[in-house]
Amino acid sequence: MREYSDLIYKYTRVDHLPHIWCAGCGNGILTRDVAVAFERLKLEREKTVVVSGIGCSSRAAGYLDVNTIHTTHGRALAFATGIKLANPELHVVVITGDGDCAAIGGNHLIHAARRNIDLTAIVFNNNTYGMTGGQYSPTTPTGDKGTTAPYGNIDRAFDIARLAESSGASYTARGTAYHTLETIQAIERGILHKGFSLIDCYSVCPTYYGRKNKKGSAVDMLIWQRDHGVPRARYDALSPEERQGKFPVGILQQNDYPEFIEQYQRIIDGCETEQERSAFIHD
Amino acid sequence: MSELRLLQGNEACVEGALAAGMRFFAGYPITPSTEIAERCALRLPQKGGKFIQMEDELASIAAVIGASVAGVKAMTATSGPGFSLMQENIGYASLAEIPCVIVNVQRCGPSSGLPTSPAQGDYMQARWGTHGDHPIIAISPSTVQEAYTLMIRCFNLSEKYRVPVIFLMDEIVGHLREGTEFPAAESLELYERVSSPVMGIDKHCYQVEEGEWAPRLNPFGRGERYNITGLIHDEGGFPTNNKATARALISRLLDKIDRNTEDICDAREYRMEDAEIAVVCYGGTVRSAMAAVERARAEGARVGMFRPVTVWPFPEARLRAWLPQLKGLIVAEHNHGQMLLEVERVARRPARMIGRVNGTLIPPDEIYAAIMEDNV
Ligand SMILES: Cc1ncc(C[n+]2csc(CCOP(=O)(O)OP(=O)(O)O)c2C)c(N)n1
Repeated sequence: MREYSDLIYKYTRVDHLPHIWCAGCGNGILTRDVAVAFERLKLEREKTVVVSGIGCSSRAAGYLDVNTIHTTHGRALAFATGIKLANPELHVVVITGDGDCAAIGGNHLIHAARRNIDLTAIVFNNNTYGMTGGQYSPTTPTGDKGTTAPYGNIDRAFDIARLAESSGASYTARGTAYHTLETIQAIERGILHKGFSLIDCYSVCPTYYGRKNKKGSAVDMLIWQRDHGVPRARYDALSPEERQGKFPVGILQQNDYPEFIEQYQRIIDGCETEQERSAFIHD
Repeated sequence: MSELRLLQGNEACVEGALAAGMRFFAGYPITPSTEIAERCALRLPQKGGKFIQMEDELASIAAVIGASVAGVKAMTATSGPGFSLMQENIGYASLAEIPCVIVNVQRCGPSSGLPTSPAQGDYMQARWGTHGDHPIIAISPSTVQEAYTLMIRCFNLSEKYRVPVIFLMDEIVGHLREGTEFPAAESLELYERVSSPVMGIDKHCYQVEEGEWAPRLNPFGRGERYNITGLIHDEGGFPTNNKATARALISRLLDKIDRNTEDICDAREYRMEDAEIAVVCYGGTVRSAMAAVERARAEGARVGMFRPVTVWPFPEARLRAWLPQLKGLIVAEHNHGQMLLEVERVARRPARMIGRVNGTLIPPDEIYAAIMEDNV
């Protein structure tokens, strides 16, 4: 008997299932969204690389049946930069967490965005450090609780998509575990986009963040996403009053900035055509 | 045809790396290693290779490992503070068995120390800088010529054993200028990474073939789909908590170096034939030691120099072979006694230490005086 769908057979390493995530975790939905985007784009699996850091979110890489590399905490984008620059033919997708990419890896995030290097970063943003048991993260809303914020978090939260945009990312989008269709499309377009693309996907962590903050069950948390996230086209049509408390889901901005590897290739081509080559060129 | 050029140690190390086939460099500027990044920036695009200045050393080593995973020979270069920052991912490369070369042009002192002054204070860090039991190789050049030739050896060993190799330079050699011969390309012995003929889904990517020491992981993009992780993993490259698997993996990682020391270890002896006193030193210090040995020899002292080239693993069998004839052991290094611990461990007797950490070189006089005191 087949236990799983065709999609799962094709894109996941079924012998490594079931996954490690808790019941109700949004990461499974988001991982499926990534797989569907791969399928729709007909990406050659052998030419596709998923790079992740450390965290619950980063465990997604190991389940996907492409080339996968689970790296160190915060450094996924830097590993991915090396992979992509060394072999630009590869499709390089990074799966990371809010802590992984905006705390310990925040510097790599802003610099990957600034370079506008052709990578796609997909953030499974659950507003907490899931893997270590629910400490506050750079996206924990002010006032919310975490195991290291027993009196409420006094930090202000990052909007990772805006952080990436202001650092130079030429494509940013918002996804959620609830808005599957919009999220798949945002990932698909992000992969197609030439330049640094980031899809900040709200996940749900009922086990730690939800329980600490009385957000109810996993379903309650998904319903919250449904009621507050509005697909981009509809959001644009809302009046400023109607937008209160809502956020747009889908593409946030897309621009055509020079891409790092293309620029570098021009330097290489220039060296090759240059007549007066330096005395040191001798192979 | 070979060529002779006047080069700085840092520059020679880049030329050696290029000759070895290095085509990717990621780094972050730091004195006294910066010329390496600068020269890579100039030279790599000329060879169709890639240079990138990353945002820090954490990113630099990560990008280097990434490039290596994609099948390109890759390196970075740094000095003390940056070397400290790289440690976590050096351990990653050790465990995941990703070849890469890390040049550390040592400078003086802990923290920011004396950025432009020589020292050899990272000897132990080169071995034990990253956490956990792990394999590592470190090689130290004493001349600009060796900055070229030993760099090739670093890449060869790294590719062969799939282990990070530390090129442990020091400011003395890094900034020295000497005539350097570039051997003809045909005369170089280059070790290319062995790839696996198996294509398709690779469930056994970390399995090691009979008679080999490291897995034949193919570069990403070549046809397999497999997983790499910094967690303890099984032969399929997947995380496991299985105790037997963990033990087998760590043992193999350590054994691949420990059981191949004959191939990996290298040392040079100078006037050791009838020596009763040996000066043990490495890197830039070798130059002072040789002058001191010469002078003492001229005055009849039976003294020689023993110089580990592979500084990790310490070439203990080579040193041990000289012990029966030795009455005195002097260790000269630019720190407060780090290789000294290895020498005393191997010799099972105390050695005299000449060290300094004040930003200046150990002059030949000081080593000479110690030799003459021991020579009674
Ligand atoms: C250098 C380092 N520091 C700390 C840790 C411990 N650690 C593992 S995962 C994690 C937090 C992960 O949070 P996030 O990126 O938000 O991912 P999540 O688990 O919530 O998906 C931390 C702090 C580590 N593995 N490495």
